[in-house]
Amino acid sequence: MPKHDTPLLDELEKGPWPSFVTDLKRQAATKPECWDILGQVELSYKDRITHWKHGGIVGVFGYGGGIVGRYSDVPKQFPGVAHFHTVRVNQPSGLYYSTENLRAICNLWQKYGSGMTNMHGSTGDMVLLGTTTPNLEPLFYDLTHELKQDLGGSGSNLRTPSCCLGKSRCEWSCFDTQALCHFLTNKYQDELHRPAFPYKFKFKMSGCPNDCVAALARSDFAVIGNWKDDIRIDQAAVKGYIKGEFPSNGGAHAGRDWGKFDIQKEVIDLCPTGCMWMEGDTLKIDNKECTRCMHCINVMPRALRPGKEQGATICVGAKAPILDGAQFATMIFPFVNVDAESEYEEVVEKIEKIWDWWMEVGKNRERVGETIQRVGLPTFLKVMEVEPIPQHVREPRSNPYVFWQSEEVEGGFERDIREFRKRHAQ
Amino acid sequence: MGYNPDKPMEDRITDLGPPHYEKFLPPVIKKNFGKWLYHEITQPGVLMHKSETGDECWTVRCGAARLISIDHIREICDIADKHCGGFVRWTTRNNVEFMVDAKAKVQPLIDDLKSRGNKFPIGATGASVSAIVHTQGWVHCHTPATDASGVVKAVMDELFDYFTSMTLPAQVRVALACCLNMCGAVHASDIAILGIHRKPPMIDHDAISGLCEIPLAISACPLGAISPAKATNSAGVEVKTVKVKNERCMFCGNCYTMCPAMPLADPEGDGIAILVGGKVSNRKSMPKFSKLVIPFLPNTPPRWPETVAAVKNILDTYAKDARKYERVGEWAERIGWEKFFEKTGIPFTIKSVDDYRLAYDTWRTTTQFKFTSHI
Repeated sequence: MPKHDTPLLDELEKGPWPSFVTDLKRQAATKPECWDILGQVELSYKDRITHWKHGGIVGVFGYGGGIVGRYSDVPKQFPGVAHFHTVRVNQPSGLYYSTENLRAICNLWQKYGSGMTNMHGSTGDMVLLGTTTPNLEPLFYDLTHELKQDLGGSGSNLRTPSCCLGKSRCEWSCFDTQALCHFLTNKYQDELHRPAFPYKFKFKMSGCPNDCVAALARSDFAVIGNWKDDIRIDQAAVKGYIKGEFPSNGGAHAGRDWGKFDIQKEVIDLCPTGCMWMEGDTLKIDNKECTRCMHCINVMPRALRPGKEQGATICVGAKAPILDGAQFATMIFPFVNVDAESEYEEVVEKIEKIWDWWMEVGKNRERVGETIQRVGLPTFLKVMEVEPIPQHVREPRSNPYVFWQSEEVEGGFERDIREFRKRHAQ
Repeated sequence: MGYNPDKPMEDRITDLGPPHYEKFLPPVIKKNFGKWLYHEITQPGVLMHKSETGDECWTVRCGAARLISIDHIREICDIADKHCGGFVRWTTRNNVEFMVDAKAKVQPLIDDLKSRGNKFPIGATGASVSAIVHTQGWVHCHTPATDASGVVKAVMDELFDYFTSMTLPAQVRVALACCLNMCGAVHASDIAILGIHRKPPMIDHDAISGLCEIPLAISACPLGAISPAKATNSAGVEVKTVKVKNERCMFCGNCYTMCPAMPLADPEGDGIAILVGGKVSNRKSMPKFSKLVIPFLPNTPPRWPETVAAVKNILDTYAKDARKYERVGEWAERIGWEKFFEKTGIPFTIKSVDDYRLAYDTWRTTTQFKFTSHI
């Protein structure tokens, strides 16, 4: 495979940020198809438009997802990327790897693919970028037999679940996000590999309301760690912060002189519910007024910790704007137990109830959040057999157009117009 | 041994799921799982997590392109083998984290990383700009309106000092999606760089009946702009096809996703929109969507100077004006969006006034506003 001149891409070898162009050129020494990647992208830079054909249905036997087909629209010029299919490999929870495992993945991709990857795709998978149709089955064979690993999801499937690193290295995680993510991914392998849904469905788990995996913005079913009791306070450490012994926000603002730490200005006055105050040099929190936004905990990690009665809040129906506009997930279940002993019974039951309903009433290519919009939140709450609570809404409705049911109204809806006319002339 | 194409179903293994994460945890992580007490950023890019056992986990965070080669991953493995006992992790923003169990092991690791040219920039902690999460763009996608990796490289070169320092009022999350499908879910980012189309689809009457289910193409349009039609193809044959009411098109590209005979990408039509002020965290204020402030910037490879300058301007203005702990969206809401436009010098156009669904939510229905240069 010949080299191509890439004067435009070469401009992206300059500057301090790591260059994917330099990286591609390095890889081309052992994977010459990387020259054709560079060549085709250079052509796109010249033409200012993509040179990939629309779609392409490829996969491995028995699976309806995990591989995304891709073909060049200029294959004669760049035969090395004539086929350029993507393989999604299900990532381990929390994105930790042993180098042994990573090297095995690299060797697999040296043998069967372009040598280029995404670490990671937006949903969370390891993305192996660029291979041919004949290579797919041998690659899958080696992946499952030698590496004992599997593909992730694509299409109208359960998409590969993902989570934050949880309790493995974070003091705020209110449940073991990695364990739940691993459990659900394994429990729902069939849903992940074989499309049976109206559209994609995503699980994401964040350990606390900081929501580092953006579960609330990106997942159909967001499990976000939360707690019910009082924020744990170490008053000695509070005094330490006031005296300036510890940096605010774990040192996050150390690059600039923001002046001396001021607990009143930086913590108490910024609390959205105004539920904190000082009594002498003791910090007080009216915990029943707290909405657990995490600001005070973020600012003083040595002094404050989430409470001990921990679980998760489940929000349903987030999606990006296509088509009816972006949606955040709506809070449906304020506090559930995330309990490995019971095999996450409380979580699983909710997932399956949503799926049963959505698979029946969801339209083709309708995310569950759009289905909820279409039928209304009251209907969804009824389907989920959830008693409505004020926490389900930011504010009550401001229009009076309630869908009263016949059985709710004395005498029902059936009336006799003739009887009515006897008393009321037209 | 190995795959036998004559018997593809022989010895087939399926539904294995991912490998168990526990076997990939470094010993210090495994030992202190669930026992962490607090953390501290000791210098940009270096985190220390303290356990109730007294153990410490020291993490050095490095930026990476999302598009990386197996040679680069092998180099990451070499570093992890040498310093970190053979373990490494990635963050959700494409950063690479090298973890060691003692402070003394940090500096040798940093020295090693720094000796490798610009491949491992250290940063992305605290009040910084972390790596840009992004999509595929011209390197792999079939529906993009711009490139991804190249725009990200050009922007990060310009924002590099914000990556390696902690001088901003709060963390700033920049994201790029190369079309409105938003695989990158940029709709809740402090600064979102979004590829957009501006020309309605063309219709390939020669190909449509072979490639598309016409009813699906029609129902793909959220605004009902596509309707059934008849047309003569280039062989002179009348075929069933569709027509598009161009004045109704909002350029979402959903028709092309459903019907390959309706391409809409175009060198002049396509470009970048900038949206700002979104956030995901529940900290202080509730999560917010990003808002459209610059409706269009042209695609100008290889380094997209207009986009780079626009992002830098917003960030510099925010850095100067916002209060400690204030995210971009919280700053804009405190000063008012009219002040945001005034301070950044971004011209306000009618394209920032919503006329899509739920638009009314964004219109101002109060006498409270500020007198800025706009009035």
